[in-house]
Amino acid sequence: MSKIEITLTVNGEQHTDEVEPRLLLVQYLRDVRRLTGSHIGCDTSNCGACTVILDGDAVKSCTVLAVQARGGEVTTVEGLIGPGEPFTPVQQGFHQEHGLQCGYCTPGMIMASTALLTENADPTDSEIRHALEGNLCRCTGYQTIVNSVRWAAEHPDGVVPDRAATNGAHQ
Amino acid sequence: MSLIGARVLRKEDPNLITGRGQFVDDITLAGTVVMTFVRSVEAHARIVAVDTSAAMACRGVLAVWTAADIQGMATLGLPGLGRPLLATDVVRFVGEPVAVVVATDKFIAADAAELVVVDYESLPVAASLTAALADGAPVLHGALPGNTVFEQPFVDDLAAVFAAAPHVASLQLVNNRCAAVPIEPTACLADWGPSGLTLWATFQAPHHLRNTVAAYFGIPQDTMRVITPDVGGGFGAKINFVPELFLSCALSHKVGRPVRYTQTRSECQVLMYHGRAQEHEVHVAFDDDGALLGLRVRVTQDQGAYPDPTGMGLPVLTTAMSAGCYKIPHVAVSWRNVVTNTTPVAAYRGAGRPEASYLIERTVDLVADELGLDPVAVRRRNFIGHDEFPYATHTPLAVYDSGNYAAAMDELLTLFDYDALKADQAARRDDPDAKLLGIGFSTWLEIAAFGPPGSLEAFGHLASWESVQLRVQPDGSAIVYTGASPHGQGTVTTFAQIAAGELGIPFDKISVRHGDTATIPQGIGTMGSRATAVGGEGVRNASVQVVERAKGIAAHLLEADVEDIVLDGDGFIVNGTPSRSVAWSEVAWKSFQPLEIPTGTQPGSLDITVFQQVPNFSFPSGAYCCTVEIDRGTGEIEITGMYLVDDCGTVINPLLAEGQVHGGVAQGIAQALYEHVVYDESGNPQTSTLMDYLVPAACDLPSFVSGRITTRTPNNQLGAKGIGESGSVGSPPAVVNAVVDALSHLGVRHLDMPITPLAVWSVLADASANGGSITGSEVA
Amino acid sequence: MIPAAFDYVEAESIQHALALLGQHDDSKLIAGGHSLVPMMKLRLATPSVLIDIGRLDELSRIEDRGDHVAVGALARHRSVERSALLAQHVGLLAHIAAQIGDPQVRNRGTMGGSMVHCDPAADLPAAALALRSTMVIAGANGERREVPASDFFLGFMETAVAHGEMLIEVRYPKQTPPQQTAAKQTVGWNYQKFCRRAMDYAIVGVAVQLGSDPGIALVNMGSVPHFAAAASSALAAGESAARVAELVVEGTEPLADANATADYRRHLARTLTARALAAAGYA
Repeated sequence: MSKIEITLTVNGEQHTDEVEPRLLLVQYLRDVRRLTGSHIGCDTSNCGACTVILDGDAVKSCTVLAVQARGGEVTTVEGLIGPGEPFTPVQQGFHQEHGLQCGYCTPGMIMASTALLTENADPTDSEIRHALEGNLCRCTGYQTIVNSVRWAAEHPDGVVPDRAATNGAHQ
Repeated sequence: MSLIGARVLRKEDPNLITGRGQFVDDITLAGTVVMTFVRSVEAHARIVAVDTSAAMACRGVLAVWTAADIQGMATLGLPGLGRPLLATDVVRFVGEPVAVVVATDKFIAADAAELVVVDYESLPVAASLTAALADGAPVLHGALPGNTVFEQPFVDDLAAVFAAAPHVASLQLVNNRCAAVPIEPTACLADWGPSGLTLWATFQAPHHLRNTVAAYFGIPQDTMRVITPDVGGGFGAKINFVPELFLSCALSHKVGRPVRYTQTRSECQVLMYHGRAQEHEVHVAFDDDGALLGLRVRVTQDQGAYPDPTGMGLPVLTTAMSAGCYKIPHVAVSWRNVVTNTTPVAAYRGAGRPEASYLIERTVDLVADELGLDPVAVRRRNFIGHDEFPYATHTPLAVYDSGNYAAAMDELLTLFDYDALKADQAARRDDPDAKLLGIGFSTWLEIAAFGPPGSLEAFGHLASWESVQLRVQPDGSAIVYTGASPHGQGTVTTFAQIAAGELGIPFDKISVRHGDTATIPQGIGTMGSRATAVGGEGVRNASVQVVERAKGIAAHLLEADVEDIVLDGDGFIVNGTPSRSVAWSEVAWKSFQPLEIPTGTQPGSLDITVFQQVPNFSFPSGAYCCTVEIDRGTGEIEITGMYLVDDCGTVINPLLAEGQVHGGVAQGIAQALYEHVVYDESGNPQTSTLMDYLVPAACDLPSFVSGRITTRTPNNQLGAKGIGESGSVGSPPAVVNAVVDALSHLGVRHLDMPITPLAVWSVLADASANGGSITGSEVA
Repeated sequence: MIPAAFDYVEAESIQHALALLGQHDDSKLIAGGHSLVPMMKLRLATPSVLIDIGRLDELSRIEDRGDHVAVGALARHRSVERSALLAQHVGLLAHIAAQIGDPQVRNRGTMGGSMVHCDPAADLPAAALALRSTMVIAGANGERREVPASDFFLGFMETAVAHGEMLIEVRYPKQTPPQQTAAKQTVGWNYQKFCRRAMDYAIVGVAVQLGSDPGIALVNMGSVPHFAAAASSALAAGESAARVAELVVEGTEPLADANATADYRRHLARTLTARALAAAGYA
């Protein structure tokens, strides 16, 4: 089966690669681009661990063929901030509110939450829960994830107001 | 300054929220090849022939192995009932690997695996306990006619106690088979080269894995290294010795290249060992006031196709904890382990204790229902008193350390208005348009801190201590090396908190390292709610010893008596004379300089290794309440309140402790209402994707209201009991009790988990057809 | 899970896509891929050629055509959910699109993909049926034919679209908003979806559209998306809500599975119909 040349912009950098048509976008990101932040947790589009932003929309990169994304712009968790830059509000929120334990679902949760806040800057708890209905977490029971997204909504600049409140222990 | 009890944010987070975590599948070595299984589509069949020729002929395929290629490689598990790495002659569950393909990439491996042709001759299937225990049931293992691996009969069945009791009642319970579903499935990467074997694996106990795999292949432990990098959840299911861990190593040796195995979710659902899968026959004797007089419990444990040593221990823990937090003068237990044509069963968060809390908490509610008493009152009537510890139970395995069950219930009842809820419940029953309200309690108890000598040896571990090495670095920072290998628990943070408080070294200058047998001296692992209560105590212990040694150096530098040296701020002072001080960094630096330390002492002495032991298990406990609303039209159950009072002894970090409770409660609610591993009669799994196996998402679960009481354990100086499994132990009975309570006016006394809308509707429809109460067949 | 290998061709136009379909017997169209890719990963679908129509922008429009709104086959669930035009004239459709799967799935999944996949448990076919929409199918030579939704869903995962044809658009008649009075504000439509987890397919779903040509359609009440003809007629005749709900199961052949018995599905269909009628404002 013949390979296809695709050009994609990933986290702001353009790349051209020859790929098998059956290569999934998540496999392209992980195996070709070596961006291993997007994870694979299921075969059936249920878990959302592979969520990335494709042309502005949160998508499950395990259910998109890499060739379908050609010409597109992809942002993965690695592309949210550059080296040395402060965390985004969503990242900081997950840290502040203990929105992660093992961290495997976290990149997908963060990307889905980021997409939510782009569309709805001040979601209710119920809206947060429904916006994350396509992302499974096995560790947290979700309440701290809801708190994390809430924190991000309430701190759109991502700045922790009172460092002392965290016992000086941060980042 | 002690950080015990402080809401400290995690050191683990920055990597994980930026995509810089490293899970096994993220790691690639030059020349890595891929391993894929050909798995059985039959639950029980003779393997007539396996044709691998087409697969072998594929370009890029390096090896295709079947049982014929691994003759001489030992089986896993129990002698005589062992599981071969690849099914040999007979397959015993759907999904059991029959062949394994190694190829240069995952596409070639997947295509080649499709070309392997297996010819099966079907055998009769026993896919359930009922089928396996029936007369004339198919025999899974020739050495085991009847399919019962082990049976512990009653020593005394309490016939006299029950005959004399004013009341007796009984329950038949099924504790539904569950899958752990860590979001990261099993993955491993084996690199066996001329200088030794390195195995990266998503596993909860790296040293245990190293010891076991090295022994399996007969190689010296010094030539083998196990690395458990970031691990995407374990929940007990990543301490089992599954064939893939051994095959990846053997195949790396064979093909001379690193071999990777990354399980798919569909594979994970049938290959990763399941949990629970017990059936209970419970009889209880009680008096008019609800005082429990006797309890008789018979547990039947489904072991799946091959008994696992941990799986064999599950009913031991269940029966040990059967009496819960109640004084029951007579308790009789019996259990048996039975094989079936299903995926093997072993530990899943709680491992034997959720089953116990479920059976006793359902039983207490049954007693209340029989007598028309309030379930809270019946619990209070039977609680072990806070002044009765240590409390000896019916088994020497469980001697409760400390607790205050009545205080936990008191605290719980401050979180909501119980009387108002009861009034609301009554009013709704009279209003046909209102949803039904149910209130369910669970005052639970579990066994944690696996660490008393002998407790883990019984499950094949080297020992039951946990090892800690604490090394102060020349600049005054410190590194804690722990054999407790975390996978989400936040151990890097909590251990640094413990060390910081004892050492007087700032939290930010303490690193905690784990998960590598080459750098961590020894270790046991993270399971059985032991990391903090055993490993954390080791950190405290090592820290105390390091401070004592540092004081000796400080005394030398300050020309003072060591007895006069005290920790103060960032260093040491002579007691009462703060001007005579030396900074930690200076003590640390000079501790490595022979000219600066007392004559006769060794440089580098601020380096302590502790093998921490604890004298007994600890017994975390709590009181939970769940409220549910039931839609009479559809049978839908909605959890409207989840109130959680935990007592895990000393809390190191409330943020993380609460996180552990939430996660466990979510899994418990899932067991009660959503999750169930189902097989059809032919042994075909019906729940092998996350479309069919209903792991709940955020909008399917409630928010939680938490409270806390603290009774320290006397078993360690931290006073910490363990918290990892509490939520999964305490929550299922609270949920089920709530649903049964909502329906109790219709005559419902029990519904099996998971309680589906279909099950609720069936009850409602039956009651409606019978003028308000259900027919006998529905009553337990 | 890795799909079996296939060749991939990008269609440059509708005509090109149809020509490619004609050239390759064992070919499939892919748009969003959210029905097809999971099946390919499980190797339940193994096309040898995949024809990508995902870039045919002319198929993703949502257009006002006077008496109806035309939704292109490539319109994503998310665009349908957010379309102001649909919200104004075909509110039921926009509402149902918002209930599909989860946000990521709605961002990629397409109207046409969902229709031709013809999963009896999917939401959108119920919208097409209840709204008495018309499917526009392009044939191999570019000819167009129109098929009423009631004739479109033929069997389990089988529609009126033959190999060599493709679904172009779905035309939804504009609905007249019900008369609002001070005492009663109603929207005139409702969708009731019953499932165990929010992300799941419906165990049973009921779509109700009131108005001059009312319709009721059911999700997962048989092996094919189902138009409740008797109940819809009863609705048009102004019969009582209780009578309509009673009639809704007529002609259904619900299956039993892990979530429901056939009886339970029938019960749910009646209960959800009664609720949908009440919510829609049917007296």
